[in-house]
Amino acid sequence: MSEFQPEILIKDVHKAFGERKILRGVSVSAERGSTLAVMGGSGTGKSVLLKHMIGLMAPDSGEVWIQGKRIDQLRGSKLDKLRLRIGYLFQGGALFDSMTVEENLDFVLGRHTALTAPERTEQIHEAIAWVDLPHAAPQYPAELSGGQRKRIALARAVILRPDILLCDEPTTGLDPVSVRNVSNLIMRLKAERGITTVAITHDLLCAEIIADHAAFIFDGKILAKGTLQELRSSENPQSQEFFG
Amino acid sequence: MQGFTRILEEIGSIATFSGKVFLQLFRRPFEGRELIRQMDETGTKSLVLVLVTGCSIGIVLSMQSRGTLARFGAEAVLPSMLALSIVKEIGPVITSLVLAGRLGAGIAAELGSMRVTEQIDALEVSALQPFKYLVITRVLACVVMFPLLTIACDIVALLGGYVEALLSTGLDYRQFIEQAFSSLQLSDVLFSTAKTSVFGFLVSIVGCYSGYYVRGGTREVGQAAMRAVVIGSLLVLLADVFMVRLSLILFGS
Ligand SMILES: Nc1ncnc2c1ncn2[C@@H]1O[C@H](COP(=O)(O)OP(=O)(O)O)[C@@H](O)[C@H]1O
Ligand SMILES: [Mg+2]
Repeated sequence: MSEFQPEILIKDVHKAFGERKILRGVSVSAERGSTLAVMGGSGTGKSVLLKHMIGLMAPDSGEVWIQGKRIDQLRGSKLDKLRLRIGYLFQGGALFDSMTVEENLDFVLGRHTALTAPERTEQIHEAIAWVDLPHAAPQYPAELSGGQRKRIALARAVILRPDILLCDEPTTGLDPVSVRNVSNLIMRLKAERGITTVAITHDLLCAEIIADHAAFIFDGKILAKGTLQELRSSENPQSQEFFG
Repeated sequence: MQGFTRILEEIGSIATFSGKVFLQLFRRPFEGRELIRQMDETGTKSLVLVLVTGCSIGIVLSMQSRGTLARFGAEAVLPSMLALSIVKEIGPVITSLVLAGRLGAGIAAELGSMRVTEQIDALEVSALQPFKYLVITRVLACVVMFPLLTIACDIVALLGGYVEALLSTGLDYRQFIEQAFSSLQLSDVLFSTAKTSVFGFLVSIVGCYSGYYVRGGTREVGQAAMRAVVIGSLLVLLADVFMVRLSLILFGS
């Protein structure tokens, strides 16, 4: 594919679980270095869509292009290689709860870099200082608050310096201060590293902080695309109801 | 009819799952450190349970059998009887059943909660090969640890049996050991102990399978743990029937 292809390109993706159609022809894209917020109510298939972008789910039909490669058709080590270019922030953080914060980050770093142990420790401390939790290293995920877990999870997601960050509800369930904290961190990733971000959210505050573009998903289809402003003033009744 | 089809489907999926285990077993990377950690966990978590079970079974067996044997005037064969029944059958099966409860449920619950909290997906997207890291290590740990724990169970059961006999009849330990060991054949001992590797394989496969594919939340995790125990125990008993039959064919009675 040409170098002008967007970093992430979803073309007419359909996905059903048994009889239940979840995605019915979704097309979205994100340019390199931009931040796309996919918004919509809960249970509308937002997480399912995001999982397609990293090959955790495969479409029934349609195409999923990441950095010019069809991720939905890659397998084995080729898939792994592309996945390492992508960071994924899970809704609940998905930190490994049998490991400390430091071990969580070291697990990823140790497997995928040739760094020595002291070099890794330094990077880990840098990463947790970046999310403003410099003393969290020896703690277990269960000892952290929801917002702290999210920040550590974000630190883990970007520790390998990926080009793309996929966030599933990065701020859901957090208090307003944590919402701002996490959203600002995502913003800084774009500013400091030029990372391409897709964030799935139904949190307007978060979307306002991070989004260059937004898409509104309803009943398995993208009903509106544009800037957040355009979505808010959009005519269709479903998005009017959502943006209130 | 529908229930029957579902059982067949389930058996099919477990077989496929086992096939995947065999395929991945010989592929890099080998999770050596995690394997050792799992063996340690498996052993230390269940050792006390196995020892207590073994000891009480040895004592009870000795108490119960003495009366029965005395009725036939055969009290003298007590040590041989204890040794034969413990080493050949009771030790391996009881150990495996206890572990099917302890480890089967533990594995299913652990993997199940990792699944529903997306930790398995997190391993997957970080290219950390969750199947290798979580499943292969647990299966191997059980295959190795079941026989070792069985040996421990056999030893304390015999010890318990002997202490009981000592307290009630003052049986000399040299006599006990000599009689107990003269009745055992090496091939029996090896086969009966080694067959628990098969039980360990079955228990861990069922535990991993139940946990790895959980969908939903805490309730489903609980159900997976319970199913792992039930199916695991049944498989142990079924497999034992086959293995005993096989041993009779191989070594005669
Ligand atoms: N692996 C799966 N198997 C079956 N159904 C699923 C699966 N994953 C998600 N679903 C269903 O798809 C629908 C959309 O889920 P999801 O994308 O998680 O919603 P949300 O927009 O809240 O993130 C839900 O009704 C969910 O039950
Ligand atoms: Mg979701």
